[in-house]
Amino acid sequence: MKELRTTIPIEEYMGPGHLACQGCGAALAMRYALKALGPNTSMDFPACCWSVIDGPFPHSSLQVPLFHTAFETAASTAAGVKAGYDMLGKTDVNVVAWAGDGGTYDIGIQALSGAAERNDDIIYVCYDNEAYMNTGIQRSGSTPLKAWTTTTPVKHPEDRPKKRLVDIMAAHRIPYIATVSVAYPEDMVRKFKKAKEIKGTRFILVISPCPPGWKTRPEDTIKLARLAVQTRIFPLLEIYNGLEWKLSMDVKKPVPVLEYLKLQGRFRHLTEEDVKMIQENVDREWEILMSKIKK
Amino acid sequence: MRKVLMGNHALSWGATLSRVQVIAAYPITPQTQVVELLSEICADGTLDAKFIKVESEHSAMAACIGASATGARAFTATSAQGLALMHEMLHWAVGGRLPVVMGNINRAMAPPWTIWTEQNDSLSQRDTGWMQVYCQNNQEVLDSVIQAYKVSENQKVLLPTMIVLDAFVLSHTMEVVEIPEQEKVDEYLPPYNPPYKLDPKEPHAFGGLTGPDGYFELRYMIQEAMEEAKNVWKETGKEFGELFGREYGLIETYRVDDADFLIISSATIASTARVAVDVLRDKGVKAGLLRVRVFRPFPSEEVRDVVKGVKKAVVIDRNISFGASGIFYQEVKAALYNEEHKPPVFGIITGLGGRDVRVEDIVEMSEDVLKREKPESDIIWKGVRV
Repeated sequence: MKELRTTIPIEEYMGPGHLACQGCGAALAMRYALKALGPNTSMDFPACCWSVIDGPFPHSSLQVPLFHTAFETAASTAAGVKAGYDMLGKTDVNVVAWAGDGGTYDIGIQALSGAAERNDDIIYVCYDNEAYMNTGIQRSGSTPLKAWTTTTPVKHPEDRPKKRLVDIMAAHRIPYIATVSVAYPEDMVRKFKKAKEIKGTRFILVISPCPPGWKTRPEDTIKLARLAVQTRIFPLLEIYNGLEWKLSMDVKKPVPVLEYLKLQGRFRHLTEEDVKMIQENVDREWEILMSKIKK
Repeated sequence: MRKVLMGNHALSWGATLSRVQVIAAYPITPQTQVVELLSEICADGTLDAKFIKVESEHSAMAACIGASATGARAFTATSAQGLALMHEMLHWAVGGRLPVVMGNINRAMAPPWTIWTEQNDSLSQRDTGWMQVYCQNNQEVLDSVIQAYKVSENQKVLLPTMIVLDAFVLSHTMEVVEIPEQEKVDEYLPPYNPPYKLDPKEPHAFGGLTGPDGYFELRYMIQEAMEEAKNVWKETGKEFGELFGREYGLIETYRVDDADFLIISSATIASTARVAVDVLRDKGVKAGLLRVRVFRPFPSEEVRDVVKGVKKAVVIDRNISFGASGIFYQEVKAALYNEEHKPPVFGIITGLGGRDVRVEDIVEMSEDVLKREKPESDIIWKGVRV
């Protein structure tokens, strides 16, 4: 009989009893990230879903040290934590800033840009659920075109495309950028392990479906995280030094975006024309991306 | 060793002698020399520290907080707008019970743009829970940084400290400063090693969600720490005196023993007032001076003890709480309110935006107050051209 093997470490550093919603992409993201990074890791969270998910004082569902910090300071706090560890001789600790899209695309982008420009030796992870979910689904700079949120109501849905954060980070010429999806844990673990071996600022963007915010069924989280990739909406990438772009998974026959959109209540109001516009946007961005990919 | 130092460099020297391990700072006039000298000291290896050149004061304080949470000794310096930008993180350092020490150069707030001295920047942070020390000369600036780490890192205290000095009057003014020997400073200030810190070998979560059943007690504990800090400032100030020959208390008094007229002030106005006291004495007024050095925790008992014995007191404020009065004035009056015998206390506001306050100004305002029976209003304006 052939032995079954998995590339995903069996060790768990995230315990049960956390407070994530059913089907939370961000909870899965943490579980896989810690499996890859291991116990010699130190986290800081700005205000985000994970401020709550981890558990109320004095409980914590993580088996690594954790510092809760202010909304816009994930990167700057991590820079200080790293400097502190270094000065105390603990130079091998993986210092991770773990933030949502609000804390990354919007209020935290200044501190993130500062850390990236200085090439501070931290891993910055953004679990991207495309709106302020912890405060009750308000739009962020990451909310996609035409999506409903409580501040982009059906009568006036989001009228701008999602901010191209990966491009912004690439412009900082940091050593490593990766995009990952919780539907592809092997790819995710591989990239976190790679990030761990690199010095300097590493940025990882996780597409993180959110059943209450996206108005989806918890059991569809993995399906959605997979469709995001297969529709070319969220390409899986690695970028070295901001210049060397690599596609981790080619999508030769893309699934139409409609298949992704129709599972989500936040897109229920879309007209055929809206869907067409979204499809055209995705196609255009894919072409732009292909021009950057090293063949 | 003696050196001629500007106040800003006295801060840098204080941080260096305290062997700070992480510095995170952003430039703002009139603070820049503090971090310029520290960059040099770090670059040439004199000080083994990481200097994070952050992109804002908000990030400066966040980085200091992160570093302090690992158990490293962290330092920053700022002024006015920079301090205001840090405001959120000032609360974070206190709630996190992290003994960060910061220099703040007192500069008036914009608009209009200005760079000269006034205390409204630091006094606007009064209720964050930072301890605040208002310095009168560059020697005190240097010494206070060292003392601040000793107090802040005391396990009964664990609160951050702001060392405050007047823009230009101290920050850019050269004075002779005695530089303490490193060995003696090391004896006075051992390395910081908190029992609870970020450490993968012993993981804890810090600052997690706390409901009404826990938060209240955490705030009570901060106030308890502030009360305890009064003793710790006094004890460590005495110990500083024994080791270095310069003793520091919560307040400083001058010619108060037989005084019946008391001038109360802080920072460099207080050192100017010391000369004014001599002038008034020569004119036959039994004047004395009370300088509030540590403003938070507020030395209520010490203030009461001195003020109770005089017939009249005047508080000189280089700050204003708009809609109320001078801020030191409010604090002094509040400390006296429940006393049976208390003298009338007058409140003068002067020198806002860095307008010079001279010896003769203080003599003049004192003579003006001496003529009055009791304060007719909460503010006596001095020197305003209206």
